[in-house]
Amino acid sequence: MSELTRKRPEYRNIHAFKDLPSYRWPMAALVSGMHRISGLLMFLLLPLIVWLFDTSVSSEISHEVFQSAFSAGIGFAPGWFVKLVVLVLIWSYLHHLFAGLRFLLLDVNHKAVSKEFGKSSAIATLVVSIGLTLILGAKLFGLY
Amino acid sequence: MSVNYGSKRLVSGAHYGLRDWLAQRVTGALFALFTLIVLAKVLLVSGPLGYEGWAAIFAPQWMKALTFACFLAIAYHIWVGVRDIWMDYVRPAGTRLALHIFTIVWLVACLGWAVQVLWRL
Repeated sequence: MSELTRKRPEYRNIHAFKDLPSYRWPMAALVSGMHRISGLLMFLLLPLIVWLFDTSVSSEISHEVFQSAFSAGIGFAPGWFVKLVVLVLIWSYLHHLFAGLRFLLLDVNHKAVSKEFGKSSAIATLVVSIGLTLILGAKLFGLY
Repeated sequence: MSVNYGSKRLVSGAHYGLRDWLAQRVTGALFALFTLIVLAKVLLVSGPLGYEGWAAIFAPQWMKALTFACFLAIAYHIWVGVRDIWMDYVRPAGTRLALHIFTIVWLVACLGWAVQVLWRL
């Protein structure tokens, strides 16, 4: 009897698909989760990133291939799709960068580790990264 | 099987966790700095960037050396980060091992390609 009542809950690995959506997601948690997702996205798209670097920088001819990928498309992918994927990369990098800088600040500054600053800095991170993504995305899609 | 988790968790080792945690922060900060340098060089080009201006950014030997170092740094950063994801969400040892191997092959292949692009400029 006493054995049963004294049994404490066990915390093991969480189930990414079953547990995570049931969590409450305050702003700070959202920024943290998106930091992870953006990092994984860039890891999975790494060959594309290196290809963009390769074609853009290797020669004048490859640079033309690089440019036409955004206008005429490349292989199976039409130009708008290439732009869309690159926009995802742009957002991923910006979010990962600013959220990462926020984490560095939390690591070195005890005063920053408060509920209030956690929320306000998380909102600032989202505003800056999404704002810059919109500005660069508009340029990418030729809106200005 | 003896219980080795929860309150009975064995906490030992040689601070590998701290080493990787610190390395991820240092490499991240380094790449943020590298981003600033590349951005500054892009903004300093007068007129449209084009192929010439873009390739010229990576042409100096010091820039190649710096870019190479930052590529290595970010590869280690990615390894720590992606391994954290597998360790958090993937429990079966076989699946986790397969994902670790995939991560290393994926990373090293991309790193080799990027380094080749860089040094043949």
